[in-house]
Amino acid sequence: MSTTVNQINDLTQQEYKWGFVTSIDEDRLPPGLNEDVVRAIAIKKGEPEFMLEWRLKAYRHWASLEQKHAEPTWANVKYPPIDYQALSYYSAPKKKTELKSLDEVDPEILDTYTKLGIPLHEQKLLAGVAVDAVFDSVSVATTFKAKLAEVGVIFCSFSEAVKNHPELVKKYLGTVVPYSDNFFATLNSAVFSDGSFVYVPKGVRCPMELSTYFRINAQNTGQFERTLIIADEGAYVSYLEGCTAPIRDENQLHAAVVELIAHDNATIKYSTVQNWYPGDKEGKGGIYNFVTKRGKALGKNSKISWTQVETGSAITWKYPSCILQGDNSVGEFYSVALTNNYQQADTGTKMIHIGKNTKSTVVSKGISAGHGQNTYRGMVKILKGATGARNYTQCDSLLIGDKCGAHTFPYIEVKNASARMEHEASTSKIGEDQIFYLQQRGISKEEAVSMIINGFCKAVFKELPMEFAVEAQKLLSISLEGSVG
Amino acid sequence: MSLLEIKNLHASVNGNEILKGIDLTVNPGEVHSIMGPNGSGKSTLAQVLARRESYMVTAGSITFDGKDLLEMKPEDAACEGLFMAFQYPVEIPGISNAYFLRAALNAIRKYRGQDEMDAMDFLPLLKEKMRMLEMDERFLNRPVNEGFSGGEKKRNEIVQMAVLEPRLAVLDETDSGLDIDALKIVAKGVNAMRSKDRAMVLVTHYQRLLDYIVPDFVHVLVNGRIVKSGGPELALELEEKGYSWTEAEPAGARR
Repeated sequence: MSTTVNQINDLTQQEYKWGFVTSIDEDRLPPGLNEDVVRAIAIKKGEPEFMLEWRLKAYRHWASLEQKHAEPTWANVKYPPIDYQALSYYSAPKKKTELKSLDEVDPEILDTYTKLGIPLHEQKLLAGVAVDAVFDSVSVATTFKAKLAEVGVIFCSFSEAVKNHPELVKKYLGTVVPYSDNFFATLNSAVFSDGSFVYVPKGVRCPMELSTYFRINAQNTGQFERTLIIADEGAYVSYLEGCTAPIRDENQLHAAVVELIAHDNATIKYSTVQNWYPGDKEGKGGIYNFVTKRGKALGKNSKISWTQVETGSAITWKYPSCILQGDNSVGEFYSVALTNNYQQADTGTKMIHIGKNTKSTVVSKGISAGHGQNTYRGMVKILKGATGARNYTQCDSLLIGDKCGAHTFPYIEVKNASARMEHEASTSKIGEDQIFYLQQRGISKEEAVSMIINGFCKAVFKELPMEFAVEAQKLLSISLEGSVG
Repeated sequence: MSLLEIKNLHASVNGNEILKGIDLTVNPGEVHSIMGPNGSGKSTLAQVLARRESYMVTAGSITFDGKDLLEMKPEDAACEGLFMAFQYPVEIPGISNAYFLRAALNAIRKYRGQDEMDAMDFLPLLKEKMRMLEMDERFLNRPVNEGFSGGEKKRNEIVQMAVLEPRLAVLDETDSGLDIDALKIVAKGVNAMRSKDRAMVLVTHYQRLLDYIVPDFVHVLVNGRIVKSGGPELALELEEKGYSWTEAEPAGARR
């Protein structure tokens, strides 16, 4: 019906609100990638020898992959070839001296964070969120560090961790996502410039939500951050991650790696609200978000839980996964992925059951609007020794309009006959009749759409920490605003 | 002043003319019943009143409380006090009945410049209306209409009407799919809503509903035109003779 088409055509009119550029002096390497660049990064960061060696191994592996054109092509996304020699692999805000407190952070940067609504100032932090902010590639300020230190929690930038806790970095780096894992993870391993590091010691329940905010500011740079979170025996930590970027005509590459390790009886909850610049209405510009995230539920009764709300990026390629190694360990993946205009997303999870009585839950909600293409790709693998393993997968797609697409590729591989697997899937269109029903009760068309979509995503939103859930709902309505006129 | 004034209304769906010149006046306090065979245009009339965009008005006018209804968006008509109980209530997964209805009430209150009602005040109000329609409290937190039986959906419509307190309620085939007990409950709810300020238009195929909700006026709609109007006795006559006898006669005197 023509009204529906019109409504849908308009669903994409909302502008990206985080598209400002901050003008600050930056210290950046010229474009190009070779061993010297990798060395230069390690030197700039004053890293110990073991890091440089690891980086070089990764670089050499990556160079061989690139020669073989081994960049993955199996994902259901399309983009022109990336010229890896045209990118700059290091960009940092120029700083005068070592920063002692927040007062010394460049006010322009603090201003940027204020615009983003990040509670960087101490007084705002009374809300109880500790923030590690990564600006381009370098961690700018980590707040609440002292309070966390009291209970023994280490929360700092990756660079600091390399300097102050090299034994932990050495022990865990690459144990979940090895440097040779895949093309983008390998690239990250060679050139990553910063990220976040968390260590929660035995028996400690982290007293606050930890949060990192990533932002890409500079032009023609890639952002390669790396996050490593370790929860020791009986520890608990909830970690939040948010991302934005300014509007640029050209595409920017973001290739991050996240590694989580949960020991016996430990729980790690990792939540992401990803709002990278998605490109304009014609699909020009936007971030390529090629990310490798994996958690190892190493110990018995350990738990790894991923929650993601992906509304940004021109292309999203990520599969936060769980290796369920410990007996009775639990893996969870809750995802909302929205593609509007010309956005493409190929996202999902892998649940690898190794230990006995391991349990995994996958809830994926894909929303496609405009010309967006949304793919769920998931794998559940039950290995031989995983007696009594269980998986529940629910995979729903919602279509808005008739120019978008939803695709589902679930893989199930079972090598132990005692496994119990459940898979539910649905595809639906947001109905004119649903919108009209709400309108007839006095609710505006835009609010009606937002309400229907929030209802659709409810099972995922309830997994997010409170303030994040509110933010995610707002983000979703903003990303879809105007798409139903 | 009349609450609803329909003049020479013509409307089409997908290019087919369904309504071919309807005239109807509804005053506050009145209950009108629109009866007619399948395909006569009854539901189209209800949808046009609720401002469904896919129903094109090609000629004529509708005035609601002195304002041009055809200029209003569906949500504005709702905020002005027009309510339609749907023949097929729609399911909204993931949104609880209570949340939805409070959002609706507050949208209307906001439109009228009233303060929004918070959950603490709203819940007792909703519970009271649900008791009237003999609906269990567990429906508060169930997603709107999801997994409801046909009868539960219809009762839920009347609960919504009771909460939103419209000035004109259009009930589209509210009796269809109801067993006799559910019909009685729904009728009780509707009758409790009758007042001198509120008008109702009952769209129905069967006379059965009118045993329980006795209308002031009955109009017979055949082939897109009102061919006969009268009092409640007209409904009984229809029950006896069927619709075919009305088609030969010209439109009734009363408009």
